[in-house]
Amino acid sequence: MTAQQIIFILIALFTLGSAVMVVTTRNLVHAALWLVSTLFGVAAVYALLNANFIAVVQVVIYIGAIAILFIFAVMLTRKDMRDAGPQINKNWWAGVLVSLLVFGGLVYMLREWSGFTKTASELPPGFDSIGLLGEALVSPNAYVLPFEVASVLLLAALVGAVYVAFNPRAGNSDK
Amino acid sequence: MVPHSWYLILAAALFSVGMFGVLARRNAVAILLGVELMLNAVNINLVSFWRYSDVFSMSGQVFSIIVFAVTAAEVSVGLALVISMYRRRNTVIANDVDMLKF
Amino acid sequence: MSFWNDPLKVAADWLEGVFTGWGMNADAAHVLVAFLGVFLLIAILMVIDIFLVWVERKVVARFQDRLGPNRVGPFGLIQPFADIIKLIIKEDTTPGNADKVVYNLAPILSMMSVLILWAVVPLAPVMLGTDLNVGALFLIAAGAIGTLSIIMAGWASNNKFALIGGFRQVAVMVSFEIPMLTVLMIPVIFAESMNMNAIIAAQSTWYFLISPLGALIFLVAAIAELGRAPFDLAEGESELVSGFNIEYSGMKFGMFYAGELLHAFTFGGFWAILFFGGYRFLGLEQVSPFLAILILIIKAMLGYWVIMWVKYTMMRIRIDQMLAFNWKFLTPLAFALLLVTALMNALLASAPAWLYTLGMILANIVTGWIAIEIARSATRSEREHIEGGKKPAEAHH
Repeated sequence: MTAQQIIFILIALFTLGSAVMVVTTRNLVHAALWLVSTLFGVAAVYALLNANFIAVVQVVIYIGAIAILFIFAVMLTRKDMRDAGPQINKNWWAGVLVSLLVFGGLVYMLREWSGFTKTASELPPGFDSIGLLGEALVSPNAYVLPFEVASVLLLAALVGAVYVAFNPRAGNSDK
Repeated sequence: MVPHSWYLILAAALFSVGMFGVLARRNAVAILLGVELMLNAVNINLVSFWRYSDVFSMSGQVFSIIVFAVTAAEVSVGLALVISMYRRRNTVIANDVDMLKF
Repeated sequence: MSFWNDPLKVAADWLEGVFTGWGMNADAAHVLVAFLGVFLLIAILMVIDIFLVWVERKVVARFQDRLGPNRVGPFGLIQPFADIIKLIIKEDTTPGNADKVVYNLAPILSMMSVLILWAVVPLAPVMLGTDLNVGALFLIAAGAIGTLSIIMAGWASNNKFALIGGFRQVAVMVSFEIPMLTVLMIPVIFAESMNMNAIIAAQSTWYFLISPLGALIFLVAAIAELGRAPFDLAEGESELVSGFNIEYSGMKFGMFYAGELLHAFTFGGFWAILFFGGYRFLGLEQVSPFLAILILIIKAMLGYWVIMWVKYTMMRIRIDQMLAFNWKFLTPLAFALLLVTALMNALLASAPAWLYTLGMILANIVTGWIAIEIARSATRSEREHIEGGKKPAEAHH
């Protein structure tokens, strides 16, 4: 077993352990913090895959924005944050069953696939994935249209989130 | 080197854990946390397929960037809905919001 | 290759030779040497941090027409060590019902978010932690960890002042990240790389000269990220006692404090790297890496001094004013500046150097002037709107 494989196993165990804590912890703030540690693990997986840009963007967007948003949301809905009854619904065993079936089914199907045990080729010397990624995102022959659609989606989500979460009574009280 | 299968199994396991969170949790915020785990699993798959096939074709990374954008949109709208629901109905338990049930 | 040209590599090679001479595996020796390098860098930073306490206290004293620490040692230089001894022997309290693990983790993460930044700081052409090709984004990523540490400290303290302080600081950091990230792209456009070393190598003219407005926006956003006056709403002693770190005592508070000072110094350093040529100064950096480090530290100190200058001469502004300032002024201005810079960069790509510099400066001045005029007319109409009802009554005074 090479050093890289050992590192991968450590990161994978860390990620999966944190993920299990996310779905089982009773305290939701802790669940959100475990999500942060899962996201760090996933960023480390990207780094192992030589996708530096994606790894850093993972930290910037997921941890810097999304996880913080989750922590805020948990605190703003504080009444049910702690120990208000069971955190898991009574059909949880069905959830376990379905998850195990999905996992088993995915692994079973992938075992038949020819590329399952393939190892990655060495990166060419001087390979710059960021430049290629930037070109792919804005090139008309590649992905400029999905990229623009994604930005329109973000704008729509921004407006929609403000509209939905805006409290008209609180907004008018100080006018 | 790490075989491709390890990444795929990690992603499948993460997806299943997230799926369990979505199915079993009562709190709407916790359900969204499960959705995040599932999206991350998808992203691991996309990036690993980029790395293990032709690295000069950037489709995998581009798709994962778009998944980032979609996630940001999904979380902002989802959490806004949860907060709005908490304001109006004073609950974040997904089972209690059943006005449209019948 | 001698020690004076590339000290790190020579030292690392020598150490690896020593370790393998002891019968160690070559890979293990490599990892151990890298680890020792990290340890050395952190140790040097912590020593600098100790003296930053002294610098800060001395400078604030001068701003307020006092002498500052001058009792312990020459010029009070031993004062920070006395402070440290005091912090260490203080009782380490934890509030009842505090979330112990999260509470104790927060100061560590806070310090870590600052130290991790130095992984991408090029100290000299050949001396840098890692030659990361996404260095500029790394700056924001480390800031995300800092944000996390503050919300953790605020929540885990089980104290409403701490929670409000944490909320405020996180709202500020999350929103000021946007203009900062936007203006970070300006040096990236000029240098055509996100690598810190490449950004420095491309600065034959300082980027401050061709994008003064970008440098200014970066400074404002950096001060907001640091949570220093005029943006120190998280502390707000008069309304929040001390903000998110209210419950911390002893060395845990010391870590927040030292982290803040080192963060300010670090942002001074990044300001120097991104807009003032980093370790480059009149070709002196070619002479010796040690001279390059000295130049970088002097420039970082000057940046730190500017941040202190702002801190000790400006008053605190209100949280809603501050967020409005960011969303309604700074963010649109940063977007507009990025667009203008990218356009001008493309237009003037083949122009001679003097025309390029002149065009860039003019573009910056025009953008800044238009932004200020818009802001001025907006605030004027708002003031008229507010004072409109009162005017007849005040006319008789």
